[in-house]
Amino acid sequence: MNFNLSWMAWTPPTAIFFVVIALLLLGMGVWEYASPGGNPRVGILRFETTRGDRLFVSLLGSAFIHLAWLGLVGPSLWWALALSVVYAIGVFRYV
Amino acid sequence: MEKTWNNKAWFLVLPVLVLVAFSAVIPLMTVVNYSVQDTFGNNVFFWAGTEWFEELLSSSRFWEAMVRNLIFSFIILAIEVPLGIFIALNMPKKGWGVPVCLVLMALPLLIPWNVVGTIWQVFGRNDIGLLGYYVNALGIDYNYVQDPFDAWVTVIVMDVWHWTSLVVLLCYAGLVSIPDAFYQAAKIDGASRWAVFRYIQLPKMNRVLLIAVLLRFMDSFMIYTEPFVVTGGGPGNSTTFLSIDLVKTALGQFDLGPAAAMSLVYFLIILLLSWVFYTVMTNYDAER
Repeated sequence: MNFNLSWMAWTPPTAIFFVVIALLLLGMGVWEYASPGGNPRVGILRFETTRGDRLFVSLLGSAFIHLAWLGLVGPSLWWALALSVVYAIGVFRYV
Repeated sequence: MEKTWNNKAWFLVLPVLVLVAFSAVIPLMTVVNYSVQDTFGNNVFFWAGTEWFEELLSSSRFWEAMVRNLIFSFIILAIEVPLGIFIALNMPKKGWGVPVCLVLMALPLLIPWNVVGTIWQVFGRNDIGLLGYYVNALGIDYNYVQDPFDAWVTVIVMDVWHWTSLVVLLCYAGLVSIPDAFYQAAKIDGASRWAVFRYIQLPKMNRVLLIAVLLRFMDSFMIYTEPFVVTGGGPGNSTTFLSIDLVKTALGQFDLGPAAAMSLVYFLIILLLSWVFYTVMTNYDAER
């Protein structure tokens, strides 16, 4: 059987991106195994979130931070990445 | 008693995972890959980096389509929700009128979207269409093919005709679930018609209304088939909504890289709105 994935047009940066996402999900799985229940709590948004919710909010927010950076600042995204990490830490700490 | 751990049930989830992988995850990954490259066909790709995203974010065409889409969704909600409540309030609650009204309300929902578009495309024509011909005969200059305002009116009226029934049926379901005791208590207190609506019917319809608003907003934000069949996005670009613009870019111009970038931004906006609505709904449930 010819298992050809060239139609998916893979590139090293996009492959790294998806590997990081997969590792994050794997990490969340391990975290859940070590500490079951999802650690639900009410943060600054005034409604209950689990750590899965917090990861989702972090990733979605990071996507918009990158888009805003691209639209308002320029194509170099390293600062957008740094800002996203700070944002994600903030989400996991306070949301 | 010791709890039994059995993880075999995970195998039952496997078919769903495979289905979702092939129908959603793998196509989405491919779109991400396309969004950073350019291609002229033959499976040959050239690295473009974030170029398509930059181009998209500074494209007036994209933002205009976005604004059009938001205005369209807002108008649709502003008409369909009050109209749906009004019709539901006036529908019979007992007797032979109930099944007749329910069937009449359900009929527009059963018609496929492209058929709805075709019906209104013919209906609105000023040479052979019933609506177009008689509106012009009344002295109103109506031509949805040439006039952007007329095109908008046609698309909005078509959507209202097609989807108000959904709001009606949801509100009606909320209304019939109110026990008679509430109305009897209101009658004893001498409550006015408005007071009954404001303090009994509206609170009891809150949840179904939220679902109705959710469904209509998401659906109108992703609308494609009906306006595409009726106006093709025209005249000019006046009814080119995001999905129509996306298809024009991907299939009309075969610009797969820019179309992929646009798909991702569109997807992120939908994802954000869905999350906001989902959160509002689940928290409303929790408060209840």
